[in-house]
Amino acid sequence: MTPTFDRDRAWALDERVALRAESFGALAYHFGTRRLSFLKHPLLVRVVECLSDHDSAAAAFRAAGVGTAQEPAFERALATLAGTGMIVERAA
Amino acid sequence: MKLTDRFMEGLDAPICLTWELTYACNLACVHCLSSSGRRDPRELSTDEAKAVIDELQAMQVFYVNIGGGEPTVRKDFWELVEYATAHRVGVKFSTNGSRITPERAAWLAASDYVDVQVSLDGATAEVNDAVRGPGSYATAITAMQRLHDAGMRGFKLSVVVTRQNVGQLDAFEAIAQRYGAQLRITRLRPSGRGADVWDELHPTARQQRELYDWLAHRGEQVLTGDSFFHLAPFGDGLPGLNLCGAGRVVCLIDPIGDVYACPFAIHDEFLAGNVREPRGFTGVWRDSELFTELRRPQSGGACGSCSFYDACRGGCMAAKFFTGLPLDGPDPECVLGHGEAALAALAGDATALPKSTQDHSRRTPTPRPCDDDPVAELVSMAARQDL
Repeated sequence: MTPTFDRDRAWALDERVALRAESFGALAYHFGTRRLSFLKHPLLVRVVECLSDHDSAAAAFRAAGVGTAQEPAFERALATLAGTGMIVERAA
Repeated sequence: MKLTDRFMEGLDAPICLTWELTYACNLACVHCLSSSGRRDPRELSTDEAKAVIDELQAMQVFYVNIGGGEPTVRKDFWELVEYATAHRVGVKFSTNGSRITPERAAWLAASDYVDVQVSLDGATAEVNDAVRGPGSYATAITAMQRLHDAGMRGFKLSVVVTRQNVGQLDAFEAIAQRYGAQLRITRLRPSGRGADVWDELHPTARQQRELYDWLAHRGEQVLTGDSFFHLAPFGDGLPGLNLCGAGRVVCLIDPIGDVYACPFAIHDEFLAGNVREPRGFTGVWRDSELFTELRRPQSGGACGSCSFYDACRGGCMAAKFFTGLPLDGPDPECVLGHGEAALAALAGDATALPKSTQDHSRRTPTPRPCDDDPVAELVSMAARQDL
């Protein structure tokens, strides 16, 4: 699957996904695909949680406090989550 | 810290767990992990089972793998499945297929939160029925046909790999494809009645290599329940966590509420507590002596100096225990042959083997079609965890 992810679009956690906070970040489980993912950074969890509050992923990065240097890594992480349906695009 | 190291220290709640709902079973598979057959009169009541589900919801356990026995023979089975999913605890259940009616298949196909795993241990009736009993192949195929006809997709066809069926991997893949199922291949364990047939059924060293290559080639297309981490030294490891999660990220609740470290370790040695205790399952998971011990750093023992120790971490605890090997030594199927050597040193010493502490096998074995096959003289239903 080729993940397509556009940081300038609006995203949200799929409503069938549950997050469970862990010391390393969080576990994410998708009840529809039955796929389990590991979010390995607390900051990534913050980004994912606040995606739905912002008009773009880029705005969510800023709100969560992701530094410019970190952004490419976070973008890759979100692309992976988008590719597995954990996060979905929504109307801004 | 690496994620796997975090997992080795244990989480506040399991990622998932296996819950054997009953020891009752209408089959009598020769390799049954839980030595199932007869219902245990101490089985958890409907209300007690619901209280466990409430705890799992509070702990945010995303899903449970329900097995048995044959879980669908419990009168309240569908009620419990509905209760779990209504409380955001997903269910995947293992079945031999005997209770999957067309109506039930339609109900399952309509649910997002329930997954089904049909067990089949041979791609032909001959190979399957020798292990799972006469007629069990036809029963499983009928169930898969009904699930397919009802529009259910991506349910699991679950195979325990044996010396007799390892040559049928492509055929299993074709069966799964025919019914729109996903193939799941897991390791045979010498647990429960599996101890009695281990020597005849477990794949040979050469077959292990072929199995690894076959699975590595399939990648994530084929599920493995993370059960082949002992083969990791063959290459880069298969997809999954590749660690023993016993008491750390997984565990087993048995029909009477006993909590064991993993589904393959139903023995007093690995019993952590019972959900009927005042602090319930949560207390057992968080504070039991056994689980606390399992979460401490483990010594590599005899394997510590092996250059592949980081890959396999000594293999499966239950496989070692039930073949009489020390827990800090090699897995009986160690790919370097250390397990075979250790087993050879034990040969003939029956006292090395642990006595079973749980056996719900039916006292009168189910009649078999062919009495000269040693496997056929023994008498269910295996249930497994998937990460």
